[in-house]
Amino acid sequence: MTEPLMINLALMILLLPLLGFVVSLFLGKRIKAIYIFELFIIILTFAGAVTLAFVKLNYYQNTDIVSQFTWINFGNIPLLGQTNIDLGILIDNIAVLMIFVVTLISMLVHIFSIAYMKGDKLYNRYFAYLGIFTFSMTGIVFTHNMLMIYIFWELVGLSSYLLIGFWFEKKSASDAGKKAFIVNRVGDLGMLAGILILYTTYHTFTFSQIFAQISAGHLPFNSEFWLTVTGILIFCGAIGKSAQFPLHVWLPDAMEGPTPVSALIHAATMVAAGVFLIVRVYPLLTSGALLFIAIIGMLSAFIPATIALTQNDIKKVLAYSTISQLGYMVMGLGVGAYKFAFFHLITHAFFKALLFLGSGSVIHAMHHEQDITKMGGLRKKMPLTYATFLIASLAISGIPLTSGFLSKDGILQGSFAFGSLTGYWIFGFVGFLVALLTAFYMFRLLILTFHGKPRDQHKYDHAHESSFSMAMPLVVLAALSIFIWYTPNPFNPEQGAILTNWIKAPQLVTPQDTRYNFMKSDVPSGSVIKTVPENSEIMYSENYTEALHQAHIPAMLLSLVLAGLGILIAFIFYQWKKVDVDKLTNSIKPLYNLSYNKWYFDEMYDAIFVGGTLMLSRFLSWFDLTIIDGIVNGSASLTRALSIFTGKFDNVVVDGFVNFVAYLSGFVGLIFRRFQTGKVQTYIVFVVFSIVILLFIFK
Amino acid sequence: MQVGLNHFLVISTALFSLGIFGIVTRRNAVMVLMGIELILNSANINFIAFARFGNFGLQGQVMALFVIILAAAEAAIALAIVLNIYKTFSTVNVDEIDTLKD
Repeated sequence: MTEPLMINLALMILLLPLLGFVVSLFLGKRIKAIYIFELFIIILTFAGAVTLAFVKLNYYQNTDIVSQFTWINFGNIPLLGQTNIDLGILIDNIAVLMIFVVTLISMLVHIFSIAYMKGDKLYNRYFAYLGIFTFSMTGIVFTHNMLMIYIFWELVGLSSYLLIGFWFEKKSASDAGKKAFIVNRVGDLGMLAGILILYTTYHTFTFSQIFAQISAGHLPFNSEFWLTVTGILIFCGAIGKSAQFPLHVWLPDAMEGPTPVSALIHAATMVAAGVFLIVRVYPLLTSGALLFIAIIGMLSAFIPATIALTQNDIKKVLAYSTISQLGYMVMGLGVGAYKFAFFHLITHAFFKALLFLGSGSVIHAMHHEQDITKMGGLRKKMPLTYATFLIASLAISGIPLTSGFLSKDGILQGSFAFGSLTGYWIFGFVGFLVALLTAFYMFRLLILTFHGKPRDQHKYDHAHESSFSMAMPLVVLAALSIFIWYTPNPFNPEQGAILTNWIKAPQLVTPQDTRYNFMKSDVPSGSVIKTVPENSEIMYSENYTEALHQAHIPAMLLSLVLAGLGILIAFIFYQWKKVDVDKLTNSIKPLYNLSYNKWYFDEMYDAIFVGGTLMLSRFLSWFDLTIIDGIVNGSASLTRALSIFTGKFDNVVVDGFVNFVAYLSGFVGLIFRRFQTGKVQTYIVFVVFSIVILLFIFK
Repeated sequence: MQVGLNHFLVISTALFSLGIFGIVTRRNAVMVLMGIELILNSANINFIAFARFGNFGLQGQVMALFVIILAAAEAAIALAIVLNIYKTFSTVNVDEIDTLKD
């Protein structure tokens, strides 16, 4: 396959879902079966993605394919020089991997939704929205510049908003949609600022050109500090989209949307877009920015994990675990475990989509019951759902033979190595703690849902295994949660093609002294790097590789022990009931409440931001009513007073003057009328008198 | 007593004043015309007087003759005007003829 053909294929993958969206949206009301068309489109897209990924990863493994054109040419602007905006497509390894994940999960979710959404009155519109989401997500993945990423970023936000609020008659759903949109906007503001800093500095949105200029030593505002700030600002977009602390509050609420949507958008793909963004801009991140990213990732991994321990809504637990896992990825990127973080993005997409679809299956079977305290014993009724759910739970807990074990272990290993090289052991420590928590809350969820005795007999009696179109995606995703697809050795992911050949850490472009020591290239510091070899790795120094290697076995063993411990505790608490959970929670009531109430984030934001906004609004309304209206009213009454005065002036002075002139004329007329008799004789008398007088004057 | 220029001028002035008086006070248009004739004659007296006492040759007498002829012509025209006035207003009373006022 030639390169132009691949570009065309990428364009097809990008535009087909858009076509599906347009057709489904406009014909949806007339043709009831239009969703079949949308389904056909997404299968076609997936086929295209598979082809593209296959060709790219096999024949163009080390070549990135770029196609670009100048969208707007501003010409030669004074003081700025030649300025234009290029748009284009970049097909590289991470893009095709991502696109494979996105289209695959999107297709499975489409298929799952056929049964899950059956009977919804906006059935076709639902599929249309899925189409536009797939389109936007594909756009983010394929672009080669910041501008298009931002455009598609917002489109993704829009489709997320539409799908969260899909059941908009429900107030909580429409509120959740708004919340997601607004919270995302906060992050996007930072991202936009970062993009604009880059554009003002480099006059281009294209990644490769920006990177080239940075590596040539051209920095924003000529300072390394501002390069760090730019990195952090762009990361703000990821904080919003990937629901990282402190903007994570929208994701749990987003669970108001239909469950397949949660699987597609709020677990597997869209929230991964934030991670993908960091991956894209990774070369320009300085050590300061990376440290910031790692800290945010760590907090996002830890806090939601503690919240997930006590939640009773099946989807809420999964939502918090999603945030936690995304935090892992972000932390992984922050500590330099680039490949593992992206690897975790892929594996997590599969097993988290599986968890959500499984929960969808359960919810569907239980007639939209989401409270796990009312479930239980479903194992016998839904064996297939249980089996796949179990596989996914094992994967997310990091049990060997699953994909989650490989990727999560890699991140933990990376944070261990990071700790040994820089002394920041906290990331590794928290990473392992979260691994323990994850294993515990996932198995708590599993046990409460599927094991034990049914707690709501009525609903239990009506529960049933899902139909084929819902079961098939579960099986596919469960299969993808097994190690075999990624590496032949279940204990060493680095033996698989995905980590050795496909995902390649990029060459950093930041100045040498802004990098971590272990990321410095072999060139002695101070000298300028001349050329950047194509597709080269981050030049990790020797000791990093060594540290990573040394961390491998301990990290693996430790994570295994902790995951096992978490699962064991879950079984002790909920399966065998050796410990009275209620008594235990009572003894640590404050901690329990903190977790149960989600660390009071919503209340805090309510008080600070919503309350603050309200207070500001009240103040502004008072200001409006008192000061502004006062000014307006004041000027009005001033005008009125002035008008009255001018009125008076008009009536008295001007009119008086006019009247006086008229009166004067009248008066003069009265006098002179006497002289105008019309009789010639009178005139003659006047003439004669005048002459006589003149004679006396000029004698 | 030597009759001099002043005597003539006084006579002429008196005659002129009488003429003006006649024009201004008389109601009848014909009488007004007679006033005009008086003024013309007072002018004639002036011409003759200045011709007699001045060093102008015969110019004064000639001018007086012209004036007499002119007076005759003027009388004819003025009487025609008076006749027309009478035709228009049915009166020759100049007090009632005040359409100049309008």
